[in-house]
Amino acid sequence: MSEVAQEEPVTVARSARTPETPLPYERLKAFEGQPAATAAVGKDPVNAPMIRHWCEAMGDANPAYQGPDAIAPPTMLQAWTMGGLSGHTDRSGAFDALFALLDGAGYTSVVATDCEQEYLRPLRPGDEITFDAVIEAVSERKTTKLGVGHFVTTRMDVRADGEPAGTHRFRILKYAPHAPHAPHARQNPPAVPAPPAAPAASAPRRPRPVINRDNAGFWAGVAGHRLLIQRCTGCRTLRFPWLPGCSRCGSPEWDTVEASGAGTVFSYVVLHHPPFPAFDPPYAVGLIELAEGVRMVSNIVGVPHDRVRIGMPVRLDFQRVDEEFELPAFRAAAGGEG
Amino acid sequence: MKAGDELPELTVPITRTLIVAGALASRDYQDVHHDTEAAAEKGSPDIFMNILTTNGLVGRYLTDHFGPRCVLRKVAIRLGAPNYPGDTMVLRGTVTEVADGTAVVRVVGANGLGHHVTGTVTVSLPEGTE
Repeated sequence: MSEVAQEEPVTVARSARTPETPLPYERLKAFEGQPAATAAVGKDPVNAPMIRHWCEAMGDANPAYQGPDAIAPPTMLQAWTMGGLSGHTDRSGAFDALFALLDGAGYTSVVATDCEQEYLRPLRPGDEITFDAVIEAVSERKTTKLGVGHFVTTRMDVRADGEPAGTHRFRILKYAPHAPHAPHARQNPPAVPAPPAAPAASAPRRPRPVINRDNAGFWAGVAGHRLLIQRCTGCRTLRFPWLPGCSRCGSPEWDTVEASGAGTVFSYVVLHHPPFPAFDPPYAVGLIELAEGVRMVSNIVGVPHDRVRIGMPVRLDFQRVDEEFELPAFRAAAGGEG
Repeated sequence: MKAGDELPELTVPITRTLIVAGALASRDYQDVHHDTEAAAEKGSPDIFMNILTTNGLVGRYLTDHFGPRCVLRKVAIRLGAPNYPGDTMVLRGTVTEVADGTAVVRVVGANGLGHHVTGTVTVSLPEGTE
């Protein structure tokens, strides 16, 4: 199946320059369901010259897009609805109002993050394009690598000569950019250099745990390759992660149980972007349900990130992260892939 | 063809010309796709490829492989690391499902910064496709 655990787009904790003003989320949420475009008309009918220009740009030599029986490349769907240099004339008042609200609060930049298209019938030269779009979702305020902003999702129904031709779901991030980039400091390729295979001395290190008297026993267990679960000596309830008291009966008294190491994947995400220092995406982060019943967040190893499945049996392993640091992780059991 | 099969990779040099040509062919005149100074003003180190071009390249990757008689049914992509000029993107695909003349392919396009695009494409295959 085309499962794909939802990966969070470009989200990272980083303090941005924040000239923007937080907006009450209810004001943004109120735009959900409002039209983004109504009975809009494509500026040009589907036509051979635009198809040819597209194919030239993409390096696409597919003969299906050439000659008297040519169809348009399906991925051009959105191109037929674009406003171009002269802009959109068919946008709804609601869409303009949402953008004005975000612009006014300092979220002035736009970047597209997702595009999901379904093609219902081929487009051919001469087809007249019409479309309607709705604002499907406006996210809460998110901190991303680019800056703080809101994701806006629209869904568009595209028709050709009045017949349904395709659907187009589009997500953008409307954000407040970080400080301008110094134009002369540009390099090729620029921006964040890919983490090189640097010598160990300068390699970024995984973040260290903060060890305190409430969790020291857990880390002492890890050092001895034992995964210890806390147990309330009052009501015998197991708890993880470690806490000073029992959330069931309130007792501060506890002892420990060593986990057998057996578990299953209760849920997981795959982190693709952004890359954090000392991490090598994509990788799977699992919520593992231990045989004892408690759940813990951990890396899933020994299986490609896109083969991780909910319910997959896993087994405790201790991974040496660097010379002085080991972490518990969970290894997919042999033959456990579904 | 079966689930798990891998498509041959496609290497796409990310030139300034490709970024600008793709933006214009898709009617996308956002300045961050053609004006370096405007891009810098918005916090980007350079111009970067627009999503419509990425979408077009992903579509081309599939139709190049399956041939002119295949039909794209769905293309769903998510962008991560931007495609800046001077970089190279390598598209790779893995068949995840084959049923009733339709294949689902998981596509990843990686550049020097990480994954530029991840996505899923559903394509109908002409009869007789092995």
